[in-house]
Amino acid sequence: MSKIKVVHYINQFFAGIGGEEKADYKPEVREGIVGPGMEFNKRFGDEAEIVATVICGDSYFNENLEEAQAEVIEMVKKYNPDIFVAGPAFNAGRYGVACGTIADAVQNELGIPVLTGMYEENPGADMFKKSVYIISTKNSAAGMRKAVKAMAPFAIKLAKGEEIGAPDEEGYFSRGIRKNYFAEKRGAARAVDMLVKKLTGQDFTTEFPMPDFDRVDPNPAVKDISKAKIALVTSGGIVPKGNPDHIESSSASKYGKYDIDGVMDLTEETYETAHGGYDPTYANNDSDRVLPVDVLRDMEKEGKIGELYKYFYTTTGNGTAVASSKAFAAEFAKELVADGVDAVILTST
Amino acid sequence: MVKEIERAGIPVVHMCTVVPISLTVGANRIVPTIAIPHPLGNPSLDAAEEKTLRRKLVEKALVALETEVDTQTVFDK
Repeated sequence: MSKIKVVHYINQFFAGIGGEEKADYKPEVREGIVGPGMEFNKRFGDEAEIVATVICGDSYFNENLEEAQAEVIEMVKKYNPDIFVAGPAFNAGRYGVACGTIADAVQNELGIPVLTGMYEENPGADMFKKSVYIISTKNSAAGMRKAVKAMAPFAIKLAKGEEIGAPDEEGYFSRGIRKNYFAEKRGAARAVDMLVKKLTGQDFTTEFPMPDFDRVDPNPAVKDISKAKIALVTSGGIVPKGNPDHIESSSASKYGKYDIDGVMDLTEETYETAHGGYDPTYANNDSDRVLPVDVLRDMEKEGKIGELYKYFYTTTGNGTAVASSKAFAAEFAKELVADGVDAVILTST
Repeated sequence: MVKEIERAGIPVVHMCTVVPISLTVGANRIVPTIAIPHPLGNPSLDAAEEKTLRRKLVEKALVALETEVDTQTVFDK
């Protein structure tokens, strides 16, 4: 039997062309293997081989999504591969998004199986794990060998159309698909087995994993709110008119910190929302509807609160990675602590 | 974000419309609000009424901040 034909996609960095300064590199195809393709070919052994490698700069791909996709698809098509492999991209955001986007596009347009690999917090993972098989990798290229070791045999399986096991067996991100299977024991017996294991302190595997959310205990209450310095934070995307820091309308990569010293009321002329996940009409007409500056100023005057902190922090909460929002808040919470803020009102849309 | 602020040692109240999300995310003090696109307002009211409504919600948030809680609490009264 002839070898499985693989086309491999990598970025300018892994092709050895250059770093950030070459990120606008246009798609190019080379016969045979380039960079990490070497490791893949080693792992493929006699079963598969990389017949061509497509190289594209990460910025070029992300800034010219449609053209880049079309160009790459044309290149891939010429080689008529049995499978398309992209990356692995580890935690490189643009590369991960490029790998996910192009894998998804190849799968849809050429109808061949595709595979990529990246770190769980790569935005590309959240974006494409439901449509594309993505092998979970480490967050840096130091994990290359391990990643390829998992990706290569999986690619062969996909190309051969073999049955794919559950995410934790195969090492890919769960696609949210449930598969029926015949268990040897009925549900009640399995539940009791699990309970016994739990009671005796043994390891057991749930059949219905809950999402993993960590919890933080509540802080003690504010003793005297009339003396408290209160800060406003929002995920509703309120920004000064014109969105000076260009906070993204979704999947925000940053937050804004804005001085509201002397601002008594947020008006249509001065503030708006950058959020792309809800109808902005109401917030654009009066941003106090999301960030209640007017009311807190009144209460400050009346002595109901100590003071309103002179900055507010804002981002757009839609599609924004948990890891990003966590990082934003961990950073600005330090400033709040340093400035003696006693309490925070966080509003969400 | 709410959790990171809490983790930093500052009590925080989450004012939001979709309370189940807030509970899932792990906010400890939660004040339910009016609607997703205008949590602290209601465009069908006139300006003065709307501000009164907003004031009431903010007062509720302040009460939440002054209240000791040992578990996730929704201040919906």
